[in-house]
Amino acid sequence: MAEGIRDKVVILGMGCTKFGERWDKSGGDLLVDALTEALEDAGIEKKDLQAAWLGVHIDEINIGKGGTYASNAMHLPFIPVSRLDNFCASGTEAFRGAAYGVASGAYDIALAIGVEKLKDTGYGGLPDSPAFGQEMVMVGPNATAPGMFAQLATAYAAKHKIPMERVKEAMTHVSWKSHQNGAKNPRAHLRKAVTKEQIMGAPMVAYPLGLFDCCGVSDGSAAAIVCTPEVFKKLKPNQPMVKVKALQIAVSSGEEAAYDKWDGASIMTTRAASKRAYEEAGIKDPRKEISMMEVHDCFSITELCTMEDLWISPDGGAPDDILNGFFDLDGQIPCQPDGGLKCFGHPIGASGIRMIFEMYNQLLGRWPEDRAVKNPKFGLTHNLGGVPNNNVCSIAIFGVD
Amino acid sequence: MVGITSFGAYVPRYRLNRMIIFGSMGWLNPVIITNARGEKAVANFDEDAITMAVAAGMDCLRGIDRSGIDAVYFASTTAPYKERQNANIVAGALGAGEQIRTADFSASLKAGTTALLSALEFAAANPGSKAVVCAADCRLGKMASTQEMVFGDGGGAVAVGDGDVIAEYKGCYSVSYDFVDHLRGANTKYDRMWEERWIRDLGYQSFIPEAVNGLCAKYGLSPTDFDKVVYPCYYGGARKKINAMFGEDPAKVQDDMLATVGDTGAAHPLLMLAAALETAQPGQKILLVSFGSGCDAMWFEATDAVSKMQDGRGASRWLARRADLDNYQKYLVWRGMAPPELGLRGEVDKETRWSLVWRDRKSILGLWGGKCKACGAQQWPAKRMCVNPDCGAIDQFEPVYLADKGGTIFSYTGDMLAASLNPPAVYGTVSFNGGGRTVLDFTDCTVEDLAVGNAVEFSFRIKFYDPKRDITNYFWKAIPAVEEVK
Repeated sequence: MAEGIRDKVVILGMGCTKFGERWDKSGGDLLVDALTEALEDAGIEKKDLQAAWLGVHIDEINIGKGGTYASNAMHLPFIPVSRLDNFCASGTEAFRGAAYGVASGAYDIALAIGVEKLKDTGYGGLPDSPAFGQEMVMVGPNATAPGMFAQLATAYAAKHKIPMERVKEAMTHVSWKSHQNGAKNPRAHLRKAVTKEQIMGAPMVAYPLGLFDCCGVSDGSAAAIVCTPEVFKKLKPNQPMVKVKALQIAVSSGEEAAYDKWDGASIMTTRAASKRAYEEAGIKDPRKEISMMEVHDCFSITELCTMEDLWISPDGGAPDDILNGFFDLDGQIPCQPDGGLKCFGHPIGASGIRMIFEMYNQLLGRWPEDRAVKNPKFGLTHNLGGVPNNNVCSIAIFGVD
Repeated sequence: MVGITSFGAYVPRYRLNRMIIFGSMGWLNPVIITNARGEKAVANFDEDAITMAVAAGMDCLRGIDRSGIDAVYFASTTAPYKERQNANIVAGALGAGEQIRTADFSASLKAGTTALLSALEFAAANPGSKAVVCAADCRLGKMASTQEMVFGDGGGAVAVGDGDVIAEYKGCYSVSYDFVDHLRGANTKYDRMWEERWIRDLGYQSFIPEAVNGLCAKYGLSPTDFDKVVYPCYYGGARKKINAMFGEDPAKVQDDMLATVGDTGAAHPLLMLAAALETAQPGQKILLVSFGSGCDAMWFEATDAVSKMQDGRGASRWLARRADLDNYQKYLVWRGMAPPELGLRGEVDKETRWSLVWRDRKSILGLWGGKCKACGAQQWPAKRMCVNPDCGAIDQFEPVYLADKGGTIFSYTGDMLAASLNPPAVYGTVSFNGGGRTVLDFTDCTVEDLAVGNAVEFSFRIKFYDPKRDITNYFWKAIPAVEEVK
């Protein structure tokens, strides 16, 4: 009987570049920065890495295919480098590859590293690409990510009979809160606190999502070095250990996009993956037990719906929780203490590992007082790649001993 | 008895008041004021001759079983393809089978009536067969030209056969001349015309009477015997003179739709015919004449069955479904007459993979989905495995033509980031009537027109144009349900 990987894998070290418009750095430069910081934090050398998993999504620009570009850039010594693309879950997928490599006993120490060089596109937003296959080029809508996620809002308001003004008010609070948090974070892409009036009054990108309802598109890289608890104890005796409690992925079955059952106001993969993750981690009541979260706030409405999909807020209750400050930095479950995708930025392949970086440092109590979560026990990260009706969700839960 | 079994029309939603053209371009050519009455219909940025022909065909075939169609003819002088038969695209969109005859009729404004005559002769030669003729045109005049003022965009369609005939075909008479009033070479975008006085006097005023008189002589009729007279001619003076030959009652001559639509080229006789059939009474004699490189003249007699097809199909509901196109620049951009900046996102190269298009032609052209024989779930696309998570049956689909089924809005948005010639790009998830859903582009509407649960119809449109390879791709979009005109 499969028992998952709870407590079988720990984080030995992590690194994360500043995210942003890194005009001066290539994807390879960013990889080197993230790797260097992770190696220093782990207290090991490059030759100690036995295998690597690389998270990266966009092919059209960026670092090409396969594992060669990354291996060349970091001059990894002929170890396995496996490229993993699973939309915005790519970073967490890479982490999962490394964690499973260690948990299986195949390796003692493995690297998960994610990178995305998006700002060589030449325009805002993600590059247009046949991400859902060539058939969709012929029949898919002339859509972008904001427009696909915006539909969550129109369907959410209709399903719960909540006036769009109220939904928009909650969405505004989501972005306001992330800007508050991001402003305090030196590694974040967007570091300006904004007023709710600015958010509400911003130009519309895709109704009802305005400019501030959309996350930044950034360059960046993040890395994690994982090992078994036994190896950790040898290398870092008597130091607190950040342990993997759960790692789950769920991928759309196609039912949301073409069948009649999905409500359009929730994400089926998130509901499935989080249920499995709580079971793997031994969490019974996430609203009481989870201490903090980094969720996939590609758009404010995504974060709103995710609060329900993670079984934290009751269905239709996320706007109330959000507006009551439940997810603020000083609320019951701080969400996006590092600024989230909204402000930390979203280099796709790196984002999942960036979220883990935040949980790791919070669990170890490394952040300054003004942005530290108090006495965290469990930290949850969540990625959602693709679009609401067709996506990949990853959930990871971490604890500290 | 062979004759017309149904009719349809299409007029695009957007109408440009001709004074807006004059206001923008009168400085260059003040004389266009003489044609500045009324408005012209302008195809949306995602419409062309094929999509408008399909829209007219869909109107014509409402309630008619597509599997019985034996021939589909397409007529236009503005077809997007020189090689790749346009009629096949139209036939696919209409949901016709593939063991049929298809043909393009082109190069003359009488192409629409010539296609109709060919269809009638096809039906006469093949008892029990059915044919449908779809015509549309989207002609361009240069800025500040008479043609720009006069031309409009639209389509007409006629179904013919020997069962359930609503207007019996009685006979025809044609004249054909290499009379070059208007001309476009194979590589020319804009219409060029010779002196209008010559076109009016030697063209319309002599060829139309010649064709009508020839028809009358052939069938022992007098021009005054006709109860409804349909012919195109946008010269008011010439029209008055020609009208005189049909007798005292001006009401019997069908309105030329110049003030509401404009001259729709090869489609115009069929568009006007559709409008005439909307009000035809049993026993009425209907004369149809085209003009362009000569004339086709033909006549019909409405049967008792004509009222059965007077159910909302035809031009009226499209004419009523109108919105102002309030600026001239938008018209220029939509019609490809001025280059807009779409941003770098708009430059993304999209290749058409013909082997893929061939495999998926039913679902792309006709929005064919499937109904699972195991669980009954309707779905689009119908790939190999049923989408119902409790079913999953493989290769158990009964094909379903979804293009005429309509649906309701499940979710929607208007996207300012997507590159579009009519921003914001409006799209959303549509639930098909009968089951299944998908995300479709919306068109002919603004975000403000939409609400979750609203009814939509499907409209065959240009999906994207590949300028590098000159490929126009088509697919279905959702439009707000068109209200019936009573």
